[in-house]
Amino acid sequence: MRGRPKLFTSYVAESQLFPTRIQKVLVVVGIIVLVLMPFDLPVISQIPIVRFLGDNIWLRLVNRMLIFTIAALGLNILSGLAGQVSLGHAFFMGSGAYTAVMLGGKGSANLWGWGLPIWIWLPASGVVAALVGIAVAPAAVRVRGLYLGIATLGLVFIGLHLSRVFPEIAGPGALGRKWPRMQFRLWKEEDPLVDFSRDGDWFWFEVSKNQKTYLLLLALTVVAAVVAANIARTRTGRAFSAIRERDVAAEIMGVPEFRYKTMAFAISSFYAGVAGALLAVLAGQVPPESWGLLLSIQFIAILLIGGIGRVSGALMGTFFVVLSPRFIEEVIDWMKEQVDAGGIFSGVFDTLISTGDGDGGLLAISETALGYPLPASALDELVYGLLIVVFLLFEPLGLYGIWMKVRNYWKGWPFSY
Amino acid sequence: MTGTTMVLATTGLDTFVHTVIKSLALGSLYALLALGFVLIFKATQTVNFAQGALALAGTWFLSMVFMDWNVPGRWVGGPGWLHWFVALLVAALATAVLGLVIERLAIRPMIGEPIFSMAVITLGLEVMIRTVAFDAVNVTPRVIAVPWGADTFMIGGAMIAWSYVAAIAMAAVAFVGVWLFFKTRTGVAMRATAFDQETALAQGINVGRIFAIAWAVGALLAAISGVFSSMSPWGPAGLASRDGAFFAFRALPAVILGGLDSAVGALVGGLLIGFAEIFAGQYLAGHTGILGVGYQQVVPYVVMLIGLLVRPYGLFGTEEVRRV
Repeated sequence: MRGRPKLFTSYVAESQLFPTRIQKVLVVVGIIVLVLMPFDLPVISQIPIVRFLGDNIWLRLVNRMLIFTIAALGLNILSGLAGQVSLGHAFFMGSGAYTAVMLGGKGSANLWGWGLPIWIWLPASGVVAALVGIAVAPAAVRVRGLYLGIATLGLVFIGLHLSRVFPEIAGPGALGRKWPRMQFRLWKEEDPLVDFSRDGDWFWFEVSKNQKTYLLLLALTVVAAVVAANIARTRTGRAFSAIRERDVAAEIMGVPEFRYKTMAFAISSFYAGVAGALLAVLAGQVPPESWGLLLSIQFIAILLIGGIGRVSGALMGTFFVVLSPRFIEEVIDWMKEQVDAGGIFSGVFDTLISTGDGDGGLLAISETALGYPLPASALDELVYGLLIVVFLLFEPLGLYGIWMKVRNYWKGWPFSY
Repeated sequence: MTGTTMVLATTGLDTFVHTVIKSLALGSLYALLALGFVLIFKATQTVNFAQGALALAGTWFLSMVFMDWNVPGRWVGGPGWLHWFVALLVAALATAVLGLVIERLAIRPMIGEPIFSMAVITLGLEVMIRTVAFDAVNVTPRVIAVPWGADTFMIGGAMIAWSYVAAIAMAAVAFVGVWLFFKTRTGVAMRATAFDQETALAQGINVGRIFAIAWAVGALLAAISGVFSSMSPWGPAGLASRDGAFFAFRALPAVILGGLDSAVGALVGGLLIGFAEIFAGQYLAGHTGILGVGYQQVVPYVVMLIGLLVRPYGLFGTEEVRRV
């Protein structure tokens, strides 16, 4: 079989997650790099992207990205695999988050919370979200295509209203209530067994809280990704794909449409619930409004930019969508430095950015200023919208499609195919 | 004794009249917004999520045209309200041009792609337009100077805002206009395109031009409905503000309830949702303790979900023939 990596002699071999030896090696190396990434180690910290990560701001962003990845993997099962358009992902994330805060949060006279440990509230948030998904599914199965998308949009608004109806769960104010910390306890004892929310020592190493959280989230994300990839190659996954391609045909061939669509909603909501709980815990305090339409749109953008229907697409999409705003800010800062320092490009950058009053330019540096020139935060949004449009127009397969093109080009090089 | 009952009866009737006119007005507003969605969907099979952002852009244009540049008042005299309507027309046309540009750059290349991609591309456009428009209306709240402002008049004992009358009239004009448009040669061509794009092409219809017209008219309707939804009882008292971009999402239940591709559905759905929302707000107010503050804003979505369970393609929508 040497030198003929695409020659499969059995179905088992064909449906392997990583068919070639090179891929297996790369995955192992990749995971080792990912685990060691946040630490200040001699070789790894010199890898270009990793170099930033010693910085806590970037690491926090990466933690956020990992959580978004889990949620995106969930939506990918529903929309990418089973082909059901959903704008209600934020609603399921919210149900997970509020389950977590009810079970794990501190209770008081007007707030519900039982202070249970993480090993109860984290799975429970997923399970409750999945149950909500199952409850919604009978209605969702009846509705198709765009009607389904807008109906699930209704869920988001109903969810926002529910958060106002139950201030005991969502917290009385607009700011929302405090989520439990990321700490591992056996039961309600005073000192947590493992504390992810404080700096501390593990064995002989000093580990900051962000690094601890990173390792926990990385483990969860890897598990989530492997499960998601495995679902795609089981009987269930093939049933999902059959429904996506043509639901009537699938049913004629003996794929029960109702059962599998319900299952898709349940699995996707489970992912969303867990991710919602983690997101809220990481933020500490989340206003109810943040589980809104914009969050749902963000996940659709992630899938489309990354490439819909692929686990790797969801990974790349999250990387791009979560990190690009920060990256844009870095670029603007860099342009400002260039203007101040004066150089070959300083004239060009000076016309682009506006450093103060009276200075013309498209972008304002000061974060607070609204109006024209555009503030940097508005630019993030603008670029984000532009990315959605551009990717759909020019690369419907997303980053995954670009990757395939690049790979195929080098595979056949110097021939065109 | 009888006197007291009489007074109670009249106030009850007044409340009822007031509620009905209020519902009609809100329903007309929803219908107006829904008509924009439906026109674009009918011709191009695209749910335009950017409708709300276009509405905000239109409101902002009106504020610029009327308040900042004083068009047409700087050239001609005459009554102020006439100027305002001319300015509204100019702003709506400017939004229509924006719609044309969007159609040309982002929608036309997507013909033949899955409808989901088309819908999501408008989500991207929504983010872009909204960001720019937010940024524009944030600095100083933009006055749009509606001629009748927050004025009211009385019918019996019921207080009616002039905005209600204006919204109902505007919706009537728009629906009659669209109905007449569908009778014209272009309108028939648009209906043919909605029916089957390829067959329409084979009959010599310029489908690209139909797309452009649909987007222009859709954006124009968005601008007008945006302005009317910023008027005093609904919006923040005649200001162009952030809320304008999200008002259109409140019309989505009307669109879905009526059916995505039916103008009649837009009218019926809009009115139904308007009545449900206002009547629930008026007559269930005693149960706020259970329903929660602001429950009436969720009523449209509940009505929509129930409607979808009964008729998955809306009341007047075309049912998709499911074939293998």
